[in-house]
Amino acid sequence: MAAPQQQKLKVNGTVAVTANRLTDGAVVWRTAAGGWSTALGDAAVVTTAPEAIALLEGAHKRDTDAVGAYVAPVILGENGAILPGNLRERIRVNGVTFELPASEPPASTLPAA
Amino acid sequence: MYVYDEFDRAFLAERVADFRDQVERRLSGALTEDEFKPLRLMNGVYLQLHAYMLRIAIPYGTLSSNQLRRMAHVARVYDRGYGHFTTRQNIQFNWIKLEDLPQAMADLAEVGVHGIQTSGNCIRNVTTDQWAGATPEEFDDPRIWAEILRQYSTFHPEFTYLPRKFKIAITAAPKDRAATKVHDVGLRLHRNAEGELGFEVLVGGGLGRTPFVGKSIRPFLPVRHVLSYIEAIMRVYNQFGRRDNIYKARIKILVHEIGAEAFAEAVEAEWANIRDGALKLTDEIIDDIRARFLYPDFAKLEDQPAELTAALEDPRFAAWYRNSVHKHKVPGYSIVTISLKPVGAPPGDATADQMDVVADLADAYGFHEIRVGHEQNLCLPNVAQMDLPELWRQLDAAGLATPNVNHISDIIACPGLDYCALANARAIPVAQEISKRFADLDRSRGIGRLHVNISGCINACGHHHVGHIGILGVEKNGQEFYQITLGGRADEHAQLGTLLGPAVSYDQVPGLIEDIVDAYLELRSSPKELFVDTVHRLGVEPFKERVYATH
Amino acid sequence: MPLIENGKLVEDRFTRVADQDEAGQVPPLPASTPVLLSLDRYLKEADALANAYVEVGLIWPNNKPIAEIAPYLPRLALVALHFPTFRDGRAYSQARLLRERLGWKGPLRATGNVLRDQFLIMSRAGFDQIVPSKEADAQAFDDAMHSYTVFYQPTGDGRKSLLRARLGRAATRLEDQASKDRGAAA
Repeated sequence: MAAPQQQKLKVNGTVAVTANRLTDGAVVWRTAAGGWSTALGDAAVVTTAPEAIALLEGAHKRDTDAVGAYVAPVILGENGAILPGNLRERIRVNGVTFELPASEPPASTLPAA
Repeated sequence: MYVYDEFDRAFLAERVADFRDQVERRLSGALTEDEFKPLRLMNGVYLQLHAYMLRIAIPYGTLSSNQLRRMAHVARVYDRGYGHFTTRQNIQFNWIKLEDLPQAMADLAEVGVHGIQTSGNCIRNVTTDQWAGATPEEFDDPRIWAEILRQYSTFHPEFTYLPRKFKIAITAAPKDRAATKVHDVGLRLHRNAEGELGFEVLVGGGLGRTPFVGKSIRPFLPVRHVLSYIEAIMRVYNQFGRRDNIYKARIKILVHEIGAEAFAEAVEAEWANIRDGALKLTDEIIDDIRARFLYPDFAKLEDQPAELTAALEDPRFAAWYRNSVHKHKVPGYSIVTISLKPVGAPPGDATADQMDVVADLADAYGFHEIRVGHEQNLCLPNVAQMDLPELWRQLDAAGLATPNVNHISDIIACPGLDYCALANARAIPVAQEISKRFADLDRSRGIGRLHVNISGCINACGHHHVGHIGILGVEKNGQEFYQITLGGRADEHAQLGTLLGPAVSYDQVPGLIEDIVDAYLELRSSPKELFVDTVHRLGVEPFKERVYATH
Repeated sequence: MPLIENGKLVEDRFTRVADQDEAGQVPPLPASTPVLLSLDRYLKEADALANAYVEVGLIWPNNKPIAEIAPYLPRLALVALHFPTFRDGRAYSQARLLRERLGWKGPLRATGNVLRDQFLIMSRAGFDQIVPSKEADAQAFDDAMHSYTVFYQPTGDGRKSLLRARLGRAATRLEDQASKDRGAAA
């Protein structure tokens, strides 16, 4: 989970290019068609540094769609499903790893007298 | 509490309009991200893992009930129904959209609340004691001076693009609840032998990658000179602070590299030129700011009223009272801490409903006023003791009466890798698991005061260096590991913790903390010796021996 | 590049003469037009410049104490301070010291990465000439300068600061303020 912006581009295994959407910060993935998708399944997955650099360069062309593009590891699961490749990316895809505070107040945590 | 006047309100409206324009220019492409980022940061807007985050200042930790209600409104309308109180008297909303931010800010500005200078390389929200104005210990209300500094530092034309961020904290009590020794500038208000009010000035404290305890550069600065002296410090820093390396750009590095003495000389030389200039505070100016702080009309009451004595027969109430209620300067009143650390919950989070409950309780029992402390808890500073039983019942019903203030489960934690783009490891789930292990309040009472601080990376937003037990998340080969330090403290005896031993994995942390506590219970000279004092008496070695033997 | 002086787009009378041209040669100084020079070039040509009649502008580096400019000031027609990036704020301190301590009354120019979101604080620090990095920012100069009317702290710019402006007015009680807020929210 090294700061992605500082990664030297070494590609080991499968990677995709990800960023945050400008308007709302949502996690987006670079597609093969040169667009962005909020679904990891739509990501263009590549395996070499030149391919990844090409994706990044495409991503950097316009900075009004998405910001902070970087190369992130992904895993190809069974049936060709694309899965996040590390904890940071799992959290970006699946959300925080604990239950979000509920709107209803939690029950009293005091022990009975 | 300080009341914003039409000037403050006009400024806030102008700031919102300015930011709205900046967002529009960003969305249109007229501003690049590189150009926009410092502008959004100076309005408290970060881009985190999943979304934008808005950080709102709670100047000197003081909120009105209406301001808190408006925060609940922002949480509901623009976010996901909750907010997170931070270690620097701020609140953060984690899921806000850039498109919605100008309107959210306009809603907040209506009640005098904003995110101005909660981030960016400028003078940040000036923090102080959450008990200000209520504790019998203080020499003066530190918020007067925090407000004078807030106004001075707001959109300062010379100090808006500093080498790095700049944090000032003030304490007016000998007991330091504002962590002044680990701030870029710490101001310690006291009276000299002649009874004159002044500040001891500390510089170059800070945590992060290179932690330092601040150094005193002036034992006594008469209060009327506070702005000119701060300006002198800022001017020396702005010109000579390092800009070649972001990790060496804080004032602490400058002070360390040239030495506190040389730094003090440079400041004094600059100050000599400006001390009697436009920034010198006249009594009239000080009195004017002071007059804008309105204090409750306290009734003439006795301590320990019958309502309180009767309620103390209920052991649950008594447990809360002994833990969360503190001495007030006015007879018949108390300061009440509201724990935002229910066992197993994210530390410092409050739902919109809870914010509304606290706001209503502040209206009913607390003269409309709420405080926020750096320990990520809330506080009602002015509660009549006869109202304590009813206040407790309502807090309890809202899940806000966990009597664990200053206990091991009152954990300070940053958002960590679950939210933060800078983090290397998670902090919140670690805190949740530790607090579950110590859910038994009799056990945690027996352990006594013990501050656990968790940071998810070296930037140290969880202040791990100054936790009695500090936990720092690091990353090794794609896995989360945690370094443990013992013996840190953030108070008037501020000290950095000592590394206990090799980092342990995520799953090992809660067990390790239990072992450390068991070692303490075995090693302490008596139940009166606090954890941190045992560590100072014995060093970390006896802990290390016992803890690592079992792992 | 456009030059804004005291709020108006004007022709730049000064010619920026480089230390070296692309061929590595030292370009000659023009005989009769005002010149804007780096400190290095200025020091090298001090004697020649002293005997010439041209007006001289000096770009003072942002990492050199501004107090050291004092001996040259009587001979200068323009001082320029540089922003290598808009995030590097050293020149704001230099500008205030130049105006408020060294008493420089002549033109003070902001050069480098100069963007509209900083125009106003540049003016507050004492700059009266701005060389905007973007054409569109030059057009928006007036808006940028009037985005704020409230200033908390005094500088040497002559604008009224709140430090003294608000004296003597009474505060509203919190309860009254609270009901006012509720009214505003409804």
